[in-house]
Amino acid sequence: MELLSGGEIVVRALKDAGVKYLWGYPGGAALHIYDALFQQSDVQHILVRHEQAATHAADGHARSTGEVGAVLVTSGPGATNAITGIATAYMDSIPMVVISGQVPREKIGDDAFQETDMVGISRPIVKHSFLVKDATEIAATIAKAFFIAGSGRPGPVVVDIPKDVTAPNHRVPYEYPEKIKIRSYQPTVKGHAGQIKRAVKTLLGAKRPVIYSGGGVVLGDASSQLIELAKSLNAPVTNTLMGLGAYPGTDDQFIGMLGMHGTFEANTAMHHADVILAVGARFDDRVTNTTDKFCPSAKIIHVDIDPTSISKTIAADIPIVGPCDRVLQELIDQLDSSDDSQDETAIAEWWVQINEWRDRHGIYTKPRHDASEGNIIKPQDVIRSLFNVTGGDAFVTSDVGQHQMFAAQYYLFNKPRRWINSGGLGTMGFGLPAAMGVQLANPGADVACVTGEGSIQMCIQELSTCTQYGLPVKIINLNNQALGMVRQWQDMQYSSRYSSSIYEDSLPDFVKLAESYGHVGIKVTHFDELEEKMAECFSLKDRVVFMDICVDRSEHVYPMHVAPNGSMRDMWLSKTERT
Amino acid sequence: MRRIISVLLENEPGSLSRVVGLFSQRGYNIDTLTVAPTEDQTLSRLTLTTHGNDQVIEQITKNLNKLIDVVKVVDLTEGPHIERELMLLKVKANDSQRAEIKRCVDIFRGQIVDVNMHAYTVQIVGNSDKLDAFIQAIGDADILELVRTGVSGLARGEKSLRL
Repeated sequence: MELLSGGEIVVRALKDAGVKYLWGYPGGAALHIYDALFQQSDVQHILVRHEQAATHAADGHARSTGEVGAVLVTSGPGATNAITGIATAYMDSIPMVVISGQVPREKIGDDAFQETDMVGISRPIVKHSFLVKDATEIAATIAKAFFIAGSGRPGPVVVDIPKDVTAPNHRVPYEYPEKIKIRSYQPTVKGHAGQIKRAVKTLLGAKRPVIYSGGGVVLGDASSQLIELAKSLNAPVTNTLMGLGAYPGTDDQFIGMLGMHGTFEANTAMHHADVILAVGARFDDRVTNTTDKFCPSAKIIHVDIDPTSISKTIAADIPIVGPCDRVLQELIDQLDSSDDSQDETAIAEWWVQINEWRDRHGIYTKPRHDASEGNIIKPQDVIRSLFNVTGGDAFVTSDVGQHQMFAAQYYLFNKPRRWINSGGLGTMGFGLPAAMGVQLANPGADVACVTGEGSIQMCIQELSTCTQYGLPVKIINLNNQALGMVRQWQDMQYSSRYSSSIYEDSLPDFVKLAESYGHVGIKVTHFDELEEKMAECFSLKDRVVFMDICVDRSEHVYPMHVAPNGSMRDMWLSKTERT
Repeated sequence: MRRIISVLLENEPGSLSRVVGLFSQRGYNIDTLTVAPTEDQTLSRLTLTTHGNDQVIEQITKNLNKLIDVVKVVDLTEGPHIERELMLLKVKANDSQRAEIKRCVDIFRGQIVDVNMHAYTVQIVGNSDKLDAFIQAIGDADILELVRTGVSGLARGEKSLRL
């Protein structure tokens, strides 16, 4: 058997785990591993400018491909800087392995230089973590980490490796395990047959069904089954923020996103539904509004791979634990062979009702906001323009705030894994590094980072990484010179007292800033030049383009749930109108 | 409602902190906690008592099962079971009190395991209610020091928590 040092084993095991790109940042405790990386070419390391960006980039890679993202950081501040990205991945169930250097074994606990208890600090935000105590354990531990990260409900796994374990002078036999078996970890592979039977009966008996599908359908690659089931039931489909793209956004049965900034028709349909099929969704508080007013007449069928998601906030009438693709396929099969049949008249009436809601307040039947004109550019129109220019087929990452909601509402995603955003943790600074991860994993694809002047400044240093590795992402900066969503809340709930949400002429010239990194900067101040400049942006295939678009500062995101104490159907539809 | 949850856990460094962390992270209660290796040195057996409504208890057991280091979980209170807790307490025992305390210990089938001029150290084993009752019988004023192990338990009959 081949003898390798601990550092070499880390790199070889990453290669054997299928890693092509490793996002990271070197430092003392990780230097043996970095030296091993230098002496091979199977695993490409990408040097970011801040460890947070390494985790977001690996996250973007994972979300767009379904593969496990890989990160390497050093101990202490390297590890703590990675924490935000790990928490982001954890909240959205993204498979990722983070390898952190640690101080040498005999120094652990001594408050050594750059020591931090990474296993301890990361514990509440990881699926699992390991502290490797011996070079002979590295390969098996990394193999387990990848297995755990990518199976069941995916999530981030931390592998903390003390520096002396990776020392070059200590060589041990290398063996990457072919099969992984963990006696205490066996994810469910199949839904309960009895429950599936009950679900089929309930679905066929429904007069006002809604399919509410979430990020689990994207992560579980169950989009085609979702479409087939929805078609066979002729049921309306709403996607969560995390589930966008799992059902085609331009399909007629799609009634839009639901939740706090969901469409009128989706939220209202949910409220009036008699049967809700929730798939890979977790009844998040941004979806349900007040839980005890949630969908009063609905029977709830809840499919999820994670039993703890079921009946956590909303009690399920028919819980089904299992992978979304498998369970949906079983539902389809049993629907086909069932003796029961649907009440087609009731379903037709349901669609009449839904279409009436669409006509009344739907954002896809006609624009519900003021038109853009002259130097007033509505942010919604920027997203429409992005959709048009990219043919609706770009990978779109976003940061967090109004721009994120506008992107979710107006870029109609027709494919899963195209919409990359931090839904659960809501991490500003996610968009640009995530876009780098997406771009590297999908060379040649159009990758747009929809952001705002607030969020982009949280990881703007990554413009330099884009230069070094030639990652031609397109930054669509909806610049309203304010923290838009904070400002919106301050308008709605704090009598427009803009406490620390305005920049007061302190913003950089983004065009010059982009140019200083060697990129192209384009400023847009008039609506009539928007489409043309957007087209120009995407015609520059090999360049990073920073589109700084001055949008209307006073615009709010609507619909918006009335809170607190509102139900699903209680929404603000504009600044003055509510349901 | 009070529950006794028994957990078979990988005997790995840090596995206990994952269990304890889960409870604080999600706002669940731990009333007592006891943990020690089993006859299989790779496994620890952890017993905890907690309280909450059915929905909370269900989430607790599901979240425990979700931890990678947790091999098996059982809610002992769901069926017939045996529970025991051990208490050591040091009580003032001067002249006239000595006979009375001795009598009380006998009634509770406890033992006096250490004696000096002014104090007895008493050992009582039983379920938690019995230990509470003994404390009440002795009276707070005379207790110098008290330590309880927390509850351990097993299901009755042949049912067992093992690999």
